[in-house]
Amino acid sequence: MCNVCGCGAGEARIEGLPTGQGARQGRPGDAAGEVSPRGWRVTDSHEAAHYGRGPAGAQAPGMSQARMLSIEQRILARNDALADENRRWLAGRGILALNLVSSPGAGKTTLLVRTIEALQARVPVSVVEGDQQTSFDAERIRATGAPALQINTGKGCHLDALMVGQALSRLAPPVDSVLLIENVGNLVCPAAFDLGERAKVVVLSVTEGDDKPLKYPNMFAAASLMLINKTDLLPYVDFNVDKAIDFALRVNPALVVIPVSATTGAGFDAWLDWVDVHLDEARTVVPLKADLYAGKGA
Amino acid sequence: MHEMSLAEGIRQIVEETARHQGFGRVRTVVLEIGQLAVVEPDSLRFCFDAVMKGGPADGAVLQIDRVPGTGWCAQCAAQVEIAELYDPCPRCGGYRVQVTGGTEMRVKELEIE
Repeated sequence: MCNVCGCGAGEARIEGLPTGQGARQGRPGDAAGEVSPRGWRVTDSHEAAHYGRGPAGAQAPGMSQARMLSIEQRILARNDALADENRRWLAGRGILALNLVSSPGAGKTTLLVRTIEALQARVPVSVVEGDQQTSFDAERIRATGAPALQINTGKGCHLDALMVGQALSRLAPPVDSVLLIENVGNLVCPAAFDLGERAKVVVLSVTEGDDKPLKYPNMFAAASLMLINKTDLLPYVDFNVDKAIDFALRVNPALVVIPVSATTGAGFDAWLDWVDVHLDEARTVVPLKADLYAGKGA
Repeated sequence: MHEMSLAEGIRQIVEETARHQGFGRVRTVVLEIGQLAVVEPDSLRFCFDAVMKGGPADGAVLQIDRVPGTGWCAQCAAQVEIAELYDPCPRCGGYRVQVTGGTEMRVKELEIE
């Protein structure tokens, strides 16, 4: 277990069940790798130790057989492959998936509740909730009538593509709908993990510092949209909106910024317009990667 | 920190490569970590030692090669080097720099025996 924040493996749960249960079958990479017995160790009873089969292909007395093997593999290749699979699955169904990230307490769940209430009359919305523990958030979402699935990451500090893939098959969001993924409240780790979403939406609330984009730059670099939330509290806090936007654009010049208040609904027209534009894209534009695997998505 | 998950990703790569190539032990794991990647190298070192236990890279040396951060400055229309995501363009001082490199996290090489 990591002694920095305590994140570890094997404790992730979806609605109380270990993530190993109900896993989708037949994912690439799940099959055990073929064993290619090209090592220099004895491979069957007829062979003595074979020095010509070492990694170096030959043996010179006194020389080590150690060698450098070029790997050139991304550490997160497996997560990224699963994320691509999720993306194709979503694209084939015209589902807009957004990955909402923020520090704890930025108001993601309140924002989701209000967003669902505004959207669900015209488009179905489903939600994947990520938290270390409890299903409080999923219960708040279900109270709106939208289906929600809670993923508890245990000691883990982020959702990954495997968890979301399993959540997709259980939640089964309908064709032409919106899927909102509320990541674990954490401005660091979720930046590194592609879930297969169309965009990351980072929520920064005015009760935090306006220098957050510089303090946690990776998340703001990874996001496509920044929502500045709790703007109704601006008269009471020392938060400079222009400064926060300036800092965020330093990190990511392409970032779109919309100030909102999930409590009063201020700014929601612009946020819902943004969702509509991306929903139209999700329904009509099939990403190139999905084309490559045509036939698998629908 | 997600360095534990990254260390587990490294172990998966090492074990799969060991199965395919048929080697037993890894002496050194060489990573390529971009200057702008979401990784804390000290934290990754700690997790690496813990996660590699009992596998082919148990006790292996972890070598981390840093790759400099690069970006495209829209103002200068040029490729520039940056040390942080929020760094200004070293040529014009502007902030219209879109990151183009230095976010990679890769297993580059394994020294095997």
